[in-house]
Amino acid sequence: MQDIKGTVRQYILQNFLMGDMGVQLKDDQSFLDHHIIDSTGFIELVTFLESTWNIRIQDEEMIPENLDSLDSIERFVRSKT
Amino acid sequence: MLLHEWLETHARERPSSVALVCDCDRYTYRDIDERAEHLAATLQAHGLRRGDRIAIYMDNCAEAVISIFAALKAGAVFMPVNPQTKADKLTYLLNDSGARALLSHGSLQEIVAAAARNATNLVALIMAQPTSPTVAGHTVVTFAAATSAEASSFQVPPTIDQDLASIIYTSGSTGEPKGVMLSHLNMTSAATSISTYLGLRHDDIIFNVLPLAFDYGLYQLLMASRVGATLVLHRSLAFPIKILEAMARERITVLPFVPTAFSMVLNMSSLKSFDLSALRIVTNTAAALSEAHIRAIRAAFPQARLFSMYGLTECKRVTYLPPEQLDIRPMSVGRGMPNEEVWLVDENGQRLPNGSVGELVVRGSNVMRGYWNKPEETAARLKPGEIPGERVLYSGDIFRTDAEGYLYFVARKDDIIKSRGEKVSPREVENVLYQIEGVLEAAVIGVPDPVLGQAVKAFLVLKPGHATTEREVIRYCLAHLENFMAPKHVEFVPQLPRTDTGKISKRGLS
Repeated sequence: MQDIKGTVRQYILQNFLMGDMGVQLKDDQSFLDHHIIDSTGFIELVTFLESTWNIRIQDEEMIPENLDSLDSIERFVRSKT
Repeated sequence: MLLHEWLETHARERPSSVALVCDCDRYTYRDIDERAEHLAATLQAHGLRRGDRIAIYMDNCAEAVISIFAALKAGAVFMPVNPQTKADKLTYLLNDSGARALLSHGSLQEIVAAAARNATNLVALIMAQPTSPTVAGHTVVTFAAATSAEASSFQVPPTIDQDLASIIYTSGSTGEPKGVMLSHLNMTSAATSISTYLGLRHDDIIFNVLPLAFDYGLYQLLMASRVGATLVLHRSLAFPIKILEAMARERITVLPFVPTAFSMVLNMSSLKSFDLSALRIVTNTAAALSEAHIRAIRAAFPQARLFSMYGLTECKRVTYLPPEQLDIRPMSVGRGMPNEEVWLVDENGQRLPNGSVGELVVRGSNVMRGYWNKPEETAARLKPGEIPGERVLYSGDIFRTDAEGYLYFVARKDDIIKSRGEKVSPREVENVLYQIEGVLEAAVIGVPDPVLGQAVKAFLVLKPGHATTEREVIRYCLAHLENFMAPKHVEFVPQLPRTDTGKISKRGLS
């Protein structure tokens, strides 16, 4: 399996973050608490995860426990693939 | 009547009633009142005086609620700042208002530090869960210490209802945000009128996911405090399933939303599996609902009364459509609210009869005192009324009326974009686009979007030899603007259309 965290980190750096903020993005940092991704950004993130790993994310799975940090995304994507 | 006196009355008369639910924590009216008074004492001990501005740069959380009431108790003017605000703009807001205190939380500390370095008037920095003991040369006071019972003794200031209670910044067509000055009288008047026509009660449980920095989000708190209801504060629209869970768990009776929020929640496939039968009032503001939206909301919440409303920060609320009128004139935003007069005028300021098209004018105790330190902008909006000395608000919005005086939105007089229910100034976005290396010309417009209402779209002409991508442009904007202001679409064009005088013309762009 590819490096899930690295791929998502790259996606977030390319799409949402600039300069210092990107360098400091920690694996367990909440995207929401730190205003890295907002409500429409999460919809884009879900689309990215679905297309990159060829998975289908249900409405019920769109919860912070699955999506709100690099750590939680890695856990979640692993469980789906 | 002062804006914080409702809270104080309930804290005295029904101290153990739940005022606030936040992340499953519950706070009674007494809890909020006591902590706010301790914080007010701390602010006074730091030299804050009647009339001083206090910036509250926080997500929706209990600390934000306590801070608002503390500022009011201290006789100060609270200034709610959207937590999506980036450092440059935060600096501008702090300096423009001359804010002497800033309250925030640790997750925003980096931005606070960058802004505080250049904020010349700050004397107090209070942070919930700070990540370091000093910020930009200021010793950070923790929120816990500032609200503890050991805080200094509190002196009741001689505030009257003509004093400013709040300054709320709003986007202006010049690109420079304007601070809307609202007195205690302005805000108690608006909160009283709105909660009266909605029929809010002390046993209501009001859900609020709209930011407290957005005026209708703020008014949920103020109206809950007026009637002694419970406010359930939620932080973000990002996870709609969490919203539905909270609504069902707390037996929510009042749901204030904006069209984008309705779109996100009504699209959930599991909506029907949640018991939302306690819901009795649903309100919409910030942008008009489509007829399809109205049908979907009524199908989802058949027992609830749906209020379509229209307003602007400068007077909070202008109109509402009584729910029984929704089938008769679904596209109307209704008529003026209690204790307020509204009418349309032509270009010469003459009143127009029903059945006309013109600019909407508002008269009432809810109309702002003006824009902070902006006399010209104030004079353009607040003009003499019929009674000598009185000023009435020219809304800048064009409406038409039907034969019975019900209002229908036609257009704005300026080019402000409404995206996700928030105002976006094209000039403010263009100013940031021009900072990107290689950008020669920029033009920003709003384009229709099924979820956002309008999406922000940028047209860019690059200097010869420069290249960039849509995503890089968006990313740059996200780093410098509130997220809702960043363009959703970027189109690179060889040139922009011009007027006869050579100015960039947005006509024909889409």
